[in-house]
Order: sequence, then C-alpha cells, then structure tokens
Amino acid sequence: MTSEHPVVVVDRLGKRFGATPALVDVSFSVQPREIFGLIGPDGAGKTTLFRILATLLVPDAGGATVLGRDVVKELWALRARIGYMPGRFSLYPDLSVEENLRFFASVFGTTIAREHDRIAPIYHQLEPFRTRRASALSGGMKQKLALCCALVHRPEILLLDEPTTGVDAVSRRELWDLLHRLKASGLTIVVSTPYMDEADRCDRVGLIQRGRLLAIDTPWGIIQGFGRALFGVHAADRYRALLALREYPHARTVYPFGATLHYTDSRAADPGLIEREVHDFLASRGLAGVSVAGTSPTVEDSFMELMGTP
Amino acid sequence: MSVDLAIQATDLTRSFGTFTAVDRITFDVRIGEVFGFLGANGAGKTTAIRMLTGLLAPTGGVATVAGHDISTGAEAIKKNIGYMSQRFSLYEDLTVAENIRLYGGIYDLSPLEIRDRAEAMLARLGLAHAATTQVRSIPLGWRQKLAFSVALLHAPRIVFLDEPTSGVDPVTRRQFWELIYETAAAGTTVLVTTHYMDEAEYCGRVSIMVDGRIGAMGTPAELKERFGVHSIDELFVQLARPGGYAQAPKPGAQG
Repeated sequence: MTSEHPVVVVDRLGKRFGATPALVDVSFSVQPREIFGLIGPDGAGKTTLFRILATLLVPDAGGATVLGRDVVKELWALRARIGYMPGRFSLYPDLSVEENLRFFASVFGTTIAREHDRIAPIYHQLEPFRTRRASALSGGMKQKLALCCALVHRPEILLLDEPTTGVDAVSRRELWDLLHRLKASGLTIVVSTPYMDEADRCDRVGLIQRGRLLAIDTPWGIIQGFGRALFGVHAADRYRALLALREYPHARTVYPFGATLHYTDSRAADPGLIEREVHDFLASRGLAGVSVAGTSPTVEDSFMELMGTP
Repeated sequence: MSVDLAIQATDLTRSFGTFTAVDRITFDVRIGEVFGFLGANGAGKTTAIRMLTGLLAPTGGVATVAGHDISTGAEAIKKNIGYMSQRFSLYEDLTVAENIRLYGGIYDLSPLEIRDRAEAMLARLGLAHAATTQVRSIPLGWRQKLAFSVALLHAPRIVFLDEPTSGVDPVTRRQFWELIYETAAAGTTVLVTTHYMDEAEYCGRVSIMVDGRIGAMGTPAELKERFGVHSIDELFVQLARPGGYAQAPKPGAQG
C-alpha cells in the first residue's frame, strides 16, 4: 500500500456483549508512522477495539480495515503483518525470555538471528535476563518482552493494548521512548492507556468512555478544546476548601487536582473578577492561605468536561 | 511510642536469603495523615506493607502499627487495620450485601452492627438499590468505592490502599480521593500506593522507596523544593534512575 492511505480505517464500528454495548459507532483513522493513542478507563471498550483490529473478534456493526485489508474478510492476509500485544500478560510464564521469543519467531517462520536488527533496541535490555523465566521478570521487563515478541515477525503496524498499565513511572517512560524509536523506524502504532498524562507521547489521541469516542485530536487540540476559563485554587486545608467551594452559588465544577483544586465558574465573567470573588468567598468561610489563579487545563480536565459531568 | 503516631518503623528490615527487600527503613505516619507510599516495581513497597499489616515477620528492626508491635501483636494489628487492593478485595460472584456480611463476619462484628453499618454505608454511597446485585455487574468505579467502604466497615484505625484508583475514569478517581480525605478528616490514617505520580500530590506526605530504602520523604512541596524538580514524577525518575533513565537501555542495564 502507498503511504498516502491511512493504515487503519475504523468506520462506525459497533459491538455488543449480550445487553452491554462495548463499542458504539466508533470511527477514526490512523496515518502511516503515526502514534495513535486510545485513552480511557477500564471498561471503555479499548480491548474490544484492539481485538477487532487484530482480527480476533468480529464486529456487529460497521467495519474496519488495517493496511487496506478488511479485518473480517481478509484476516489471513493480515495476521502476519500485525504485531499485537494484548493487555493481559500473554507470554508463557514457564518459558525463559529467549524461549518465548524463539517460539513467537518460529510461529511466523523466522528466527531471532534473522530479525535481530529490528528487535535489537529492546532485546539489548532483555539480554541480561535471557535465561530467566518470564514469570520471574519485573513488570516493566515483562512488558518489554511482550513488545519484543509482538515485533519479532517484522509487522507493519503495532497494536499495543495498555503496555504501560501497572508499570512504574520510570519503566513507563522507557517504554514510550522505545515506541518513539519504533515509529522513527517506520512503524505505525496504535496504543491504549488509562494514564491521561501519556496523551502527550502520542501524535493524536482518541478519548474513549463507555464504548464511545468523546474526541479525536492532537493532545494540544484536546487541551484547546476545553473551551472555558479554568482556575487553580489553593488553601491550607484543601479538603475543607473543596467542601466550601462546592457550596459557592456560582461553582460549576470543583475537582481535587493534586495539591490544587480545579474550579470552573458558571458565569461568563471577567476572570479577574471571578478570582477575586472566589478568593473572598473562601476567606469569608474562614479558610487560610487561599489563592486563586487562572491555570492551563490538562487532557484530564478535557476528558472530564467531555464526560459531561456538570 | 508517641500517642499521635499511627505507624512508627525503625530500621525495619526484611531479607529473603541473601536479598534484602526492605533495608532498614525508618519512618512515622501520624494519626489522620494521608501518606503516599511510592516506589518503582520491585523497590520493596509490597514487602514493607506485608510487614506493616502483620502478614510477614521482619528479619530486623521494629515497627508498631496502631500501637501494636508487628512482631508480637500481628493479630491485634489485623483487627485494627483495613486493606484494599486494586487486584482483589470483593468477591465478584457475591452480591453487595453478601460481601458486606462476609467481611463483617471476618471482622467479628455482630449481626446487628453489620446490618446498621451496611445500611448506613449503602445510603452514603447511593448504592441502596444495588444491595442484591452481584458485585461483578456494578461499574468499576462504584466497585472501588464500595471496596474502600468495606475496608472501613470495622472502623479500623489505619487503612492500607494498594493502587486503589488503577484504571478508573478521572471523575471517579477524584471522587475516590474525596473519600480518602473524608476518611482522614474523621481520624483514620490512610497509607496509599499508586502508579499515578500526580496522585502523590494529593497526599499530605510521601515516601519514595528505592532499592529497599527510603530515597526521599516529606510533603510533596518540600520534596520538589529540596530536589529542585517541578513534579513528583520528575523526582521519582531522578531517584529510581540515578544515572539518568535515558542511559538505561544499554546491554547489561537492570530493568
């Protein structure tokens, strides 16, 4: 296929499990050499979508193509061209690192030696543990082995379902660095995560909740889409400040955000005026150390806004 | 021990053969504090928590939890603590009410106490209508809030939360933190682990374990100032990969 065409096209995809809708009218496309992130909580439909794209599950409605091939009708033409890493650790726990890798290579009719240049950046990190059983690896190393196994047959696209879940913050950074190296080598990557702060590592993201895409955009576009003034509120006792602010007549949303509270006002008033009035209100409630200032929204703020909470 | 301390650990150590999983850690948690217990995978958090909850004997040092020595008072500790884990806490094929009865029984509450507390809990969570629903059919967010409340059923003095917010949506995550604040404000001490580094900033104080030791401890604001970083995430990376994480992908690097 030529590089002008999208690598993935998902068109009004739907899937139900009994009475439960897992995916509802999901459409998006992924361009060559793009890192496309599906971001949402557990139960949002991410895994169902990956299983359909990986030709392992048949949708009830709509359709999808990967590398120009239909995921239902042309699955055999697709399987060897896709690298799929399921969300749940799917390697053989009793086999060593090397044995797992050798097995996955042989399934696709190749060998570790032949694919060495493609897997080298990851395999180097695994080599010291070559003879260790997969079950005895740390969380981060398990994920790197799974990624290595998904890469060993030289796929043209990677489908990675939550590669960073349950992995500590440092290993997560290392995995994302690896994904960027793979992208630079020409791979297209569709990756899911429940960690909203990882949106920044993607070229574009789809925010997904209860089977529906809430938005598709660049991370910057998602943040720009927040579309209203957001304020950061500090107080010495943040829990009391939170409860007090909820009672403020003009409060639209009040959420704890680390050491800060994120606040939106129901009025379209001058931000300076809102800052002063919110400050005075909290001070009148006897709260100490109050400060109120405009702040930049994050992907998480946008996600909550799109969930339609107010 | 001082009366206003919920946890006091001095040189607490646990070795497995030649490997020292927890290496002489010393720290206090005050009553009513929200304490974030952070560290990379394999840094020793789980081993430390197993000792503090009376499930694993230390090989060195001492610790008291809710006023009881972990070496001699493990049974008393178990009655005074609650525990909730992201991986397991409620039985999915039991109903909400059955789970509450089961845990109430385990914690030696009388049938009357169980009934009263269950009613109050379900009313507070807005789950009264779901009492006879199997836990597996309740949305994840509600399940996590319910699991937390069940961990508090016997009015423990300290509650241990192990990655309680993994995978929940951002609104539920915040509702969960509000429950944590409410619990702490009522005098229950909360020790919480998380992989969301932004959540560290919700805690009163945090400790970051590195290779079995406490690499840093303090309020998030103090730590950021002391280490000259903008976020706890940055500090975490600095401590866990002293040589700089970008250099880690080398042959022979530890993972």
